[in-house]
Amino acid sequence: MQSGLIFDVKRYAINDGPGIRVAIFLKGCPLHCRWCHNPESISAKVQKMFNKAKCIGCKSCIVACPEDACVLSVAEGIITDRSLCTGCGACADVCPTKATEMSGRLVTVEEIVAIVEKERIFFDQSGGGVTFSGGEPLLQHEFLLAALGALGRESIHRAVDTSGYAKQEIILEVAKQTDLFLYDLKMMDSSRHKKWTGVDNGRILNNLQLLAKTGACIEIRVPLVKGVNADLQNLEQTAAFVASLAGEKKTVSLLPYHYSMINKYQKLGEVFDGGDMSESTVDEQAEVVELFASFGIQATIGG
Amino acid sequence: MFEKVEATSDSPERSASAEGNFYGPLNDQVGPGMNHRIQRLRKLSFDAKPSISIERALHETAFYKENYGHHSVPVLRALNFLDHCEKKTLYLGGDELIVGERGPRPKAVPTFPELTCHSVEDFRVLNTRDMQPYLTTQEDIDTYEREVIPYWHGKTQRERIFNHVPKEWKVAYEAALFTEFMEQRAPGHTALDGKIYQRGMLDFKREIEENIASLDYLHDPDATDRAEQLKAMAISCDAVILFAQRHVDLAEELAEKETDPQRIAELHAIADVCRRVPAHAPRTFWEAIQMYWFVHLGTITELNGWDAMNPGHFDQHLTPFYEEELAAGTLTRDEAKELICCFWIKVNNHTAPPKVGITARESGTYNDFTNINIGGIKRDGSDGSSEVSFIMLEVIEELHILQPGSSVHISSKTPDKFLHAATRVIRQGHGYPSVFNPDTYVMEMVRHGKTLEDAREGGCSGCIEVGAFGKEAYLLTGYLNVPKILEVTLNNGLDPISGKRVGLQTGDPEKFSNYDELYAAFIQQVRYVVDMKMRVSNYIDRMFAKYAPAPFLSVVIDDCISKGKDYYDGGPRYNSSYIQCCGLGTVTDSLSALKKHVFEEKTFSLKRMLGAISNNFEDEEFMRQTIMNRTPFFGNDDDAVDQIAVQIYDDLMSAIDNKPNIKKGGRYHLNMLSTTCHVYFGKMMGATPNGRLAGKSISDGTSPSHGADVHGPSAVIKSLSKIDHVKSGGTLLNLRFLPSLLSREQDIKKLGQLIRSYFTLGGHHIQFNIVDTATLYAAQQCPEDYKDLLVRMAGYSDYFNDMNGDLQQEVIERTENESF
Repeated sequence: MQSGLIFDVKRYAINDGPGIRVAIFLKGCPLHCRWCHNPESISAKVQKMFNKAKCIGCKSCIVACPEDACVLSVAEGIITDRSLCTGCGACADVCPTKATEMSGRLVTVEEIVAIVEKERIFFDQSGGGVTFSGGEPLLQHEFLLAALGALGRESIHRAVDTSGYAKQEIILEVAKQTDLFLYDLKMMDSSRHKKWTGVDNGRILNNLQLLAKTGACIEIRVPLVKGVNADLQNLEQTAAFVASLAGEKKTVSLLPYHYSMINKYQKLGEVFDGGDMSESTVDEQAEVVELFASFGIQATIGG
Repeated sequence: MFEKVEATSDSPERSASAEGNFYGPLNDQVGPGMNHRIQRLRKLSFDAKPSISIERALHETAFYKENYGHHSVPVLRALNFLDHCEKKTLYLGGDELIVGERGPRPKAVPTFPELTCHSVEDFRVLNTRDMQPYLTTQEDIDTYEREVIPYWHGKTQRERIFNHVPKEWKVAYEAALFTEFMEQRAPGHTALDGKIYQRGMLDFKREIEENIASLDYLHDPDATDRAEQLKAMAISCDAVILFAQRHVDLAEELAEKETDPQRIAELHAIADVCRRVPAHAPRTFWEAIQMYWFVHLGTITELNGWDAMNPGHFDQHLTPFYEEELAAGTLTRDEAKELICCFWIKVNNHTAPPKVGITARESGTYNDFTNINIGGIKRDGSDGSSEVSFIMLEVIEELHILQPGSSVHISSKTPDKFLHAATRVIRQGHGYPSVFNPDTYVMEMVRHGKTLEDAREGGCSGCIEVGAFGKEAYLLTGYLNVPKILEVTLNNGLDPISGKRVGLQTGDPEKFSNYDELYAAFIQQVRYVVDMKMRVSNYIDRMFAKYAPAPFLSVVIDDCISKGKDYYDGGPRYNSSYIQCCGLGTVTDSLSALKKHVFEEKTFSLKRMLGAISNNFEDEEFMRQTIMNRTPFFGNDDDAVDQIAVQIYDDLMSAIDNKPNIKKGGRYHLNMLSTTCHVYFGKMMGATPNGRLAGKSISDGTSPSHGADVHGPSAVIKSLSKIDHVKSGGTLLNLRFLPSLLSREQDIKKLGQLIRSYFTLGGHHIQFNIVDTATLYAAQQCPEDYKDLLVRMAGYSDYFNDMNGDLQQEVIERTENESF
């Protein structure tokens, strides 16, 4: 059976497509968006996360670590020498408080079906289903396809939340097993896109046009990050592009950037560089909704 | 962000005015409410300070001194009721449309010395306690000490009970293995069916007299007792008619003095209404509400039964009057709503009677638990929601007052429109309405032996307990502290707090060779404690039947008249007794921890674990954290532990369910309610094997332990749905939602779908606390700025500022669903 690397399962997900859903987060992403809310989603490897607030200083992890990578510091809690850490998880296994946890676990398609199946009653009542998110789920496309196929046989509504950064043939293959795409459109200008996400957007825009032509059901998602993409020019270009897509009128969900993920960077032992990025106000978000409306596009705040 | 864009869209949240159901703020607004009258009445009710009125006690004491021994007990009780209805100070406030107060003014609460006589010390405590004080003047306390206390010494129900109970019961009671409801108040939780909207007191009296005439003194050994009971019922009918007539006179008198022509007309209308009801059946919407209100006042004046009184499916009862009058053009929707508002405020004026003894020091709420059932199904099984149901939802939302409590009843036949309207009110975070599932509770009642129709006419009263409205005495006998029983098991029958023997010697726990042996010992203790509790509950039942019958309540409950028997003496068609089992989450998680860490994985020896527990986990934080983070806990849709909960639930049921109480055909049933008792129970316990520290609350109702559920509301619901709700007479699930989880219209719809999911899986009840922690902390810091912060707790609503510190802390600690 195919297996894939996931880092989270979120039940009662109400911001990731229609109805009450279960969201499955696949690990690994070809983009490195500077505002990423799930920094642990980027690496395709298992990673150690440490929450100092939960640490009681019992030193179990220090004893357990086969590489002697853990050291206790009064000020920082447990410090992990990431150059020695192999991600074996021995520390997390013995941690009594779950201050140390491993982000990333391998699951089989069968396990995915079993996880999703637990929520069936809520799908039935709400028109919900499963949403594969990430990371970039298309990065593990073989696993994703197998999971989508298996869930399709169980009559589960399937959504895929993607950056669109994948080979054409892969996204078209996935489209055959997907009931709804949540498709991210971050920036229209290719060089700016590359600057902020690490990749240019040619493939992303092409894939979206292609998908739209196949008649796939698509909801556009636009992260709203002040200082990055929330300028008038970019948003007008975005709206115009969405308006030009083939098939039924697409709706847009605006996902306001917020600082809450800084905590996650700390857990990974990474530094978050916010640069000029900032949160938008409710009034500003409402203005963006209006802007999209002037292009005949219905936009809402939140997923 | 842009200079050129001007327009902003409406907030995705509901715009209340757009719904057409809401009134904009008025210029001289004094608070929420649909119009000036309602705003003023609400403010008066809101601002009134609860106080004690000793008038009832003085009347009663004088009456008993003169009459005790001259009449049979039921007739004595009825004449005592009549005497008070004749003499009591009336209150008819300006602005009022629905009239009548139990005390001489709003929130003035009488005492019931025949049940429990307050001491001078009790009054002092009630006067000075920080939370929920009841004010009594020194003059009244002196009068009470002189006139009331000496007479009742040794004669109260409470003394009868405590003088009788066996020693082992008393020790177990003091160790908080259980509580006893009837030591403070009379058995209650009663709700009414629709009979009082078809028949007046004169009709009931005629039926009573016919029954007296047809008594069979030749063959029926109870004929004499029945005659006395029926005579008492007839006197009670006269009492409430007299009480109404006094309001006629008062209204006319006030009209004479009044100068405002509109108020004069209103006072004449009030007089007309009170001339009609309760003597005769109501003909109009107004009369129907006033009819119920007189019956309500009668029952809560006659005795102080638990949970006051309850109109049951009030929307269903009022709907025929509403539709008829609307069609005839004699009533508008706004007028109907105004009358419902007046009723709601009347209930809010009636603060719960204060407790005595230790309970006075500890206990905590002004809420008297009238719980209006809205929606649901009708006797014929069809959907019961109507326009009146929607009006009631508006009233709840606009008035935002503590009482009455309200619940919406969502069957598979309930339209989404009604559910959605209800979830929008829930979203406002007032703490109600709570949500019930008729499809499940009708099955519960049928299983308990009710006819399908009687079951459909039933619903929930008080918190979550179900009964056949207007036809049943279903008494809560007290809470059972299930985690404490495990604590006693782990100490071989001793209470580790007091050191006293309170349970059976089921063996040295360290000698248990496997989990099953431990579990068997635990269940053996459960059975022992349940039987002990039942023996005393049965005794108390008889004490009420003999010394404190309720002839007026008996008039309105089938089949007390035809049987010639009192409500407390098996007169009702159905007679159930509930034992409410607390702490399912705590005891499940504790057993799960012992099973995994001691017996299966042997992480810790039982000796070490018991040592840690008895030391409140001091120097064992590693163990405590391991238990709390590495044990399957209830509420996460994990079969490994959910099956433990199912087994405990089933075994509690087999220890309690279907055992006979002492009323003919009456049975005990399982209930899973905790109200606030889980706080008291937790205080009386040491640490528990699930890592809970000594003195902290145990879990409430059938909710997961605090902080144990970490996979969101759908996982909690899946766990809860593994227990067979139909086998109980009520389960309780509290879910706390932060407002941000319900910020958009679509989120509110999804909340409704979550409810539908739970109910499709057979859930009995669910309620939501929509608050954010920051608000709660702020409310603790600066109480006066948060006077109207109403929160939902374990089966009822209260003001956050009226709760004690422990309860406040518990609200704050409950799992925050936003961060799952």
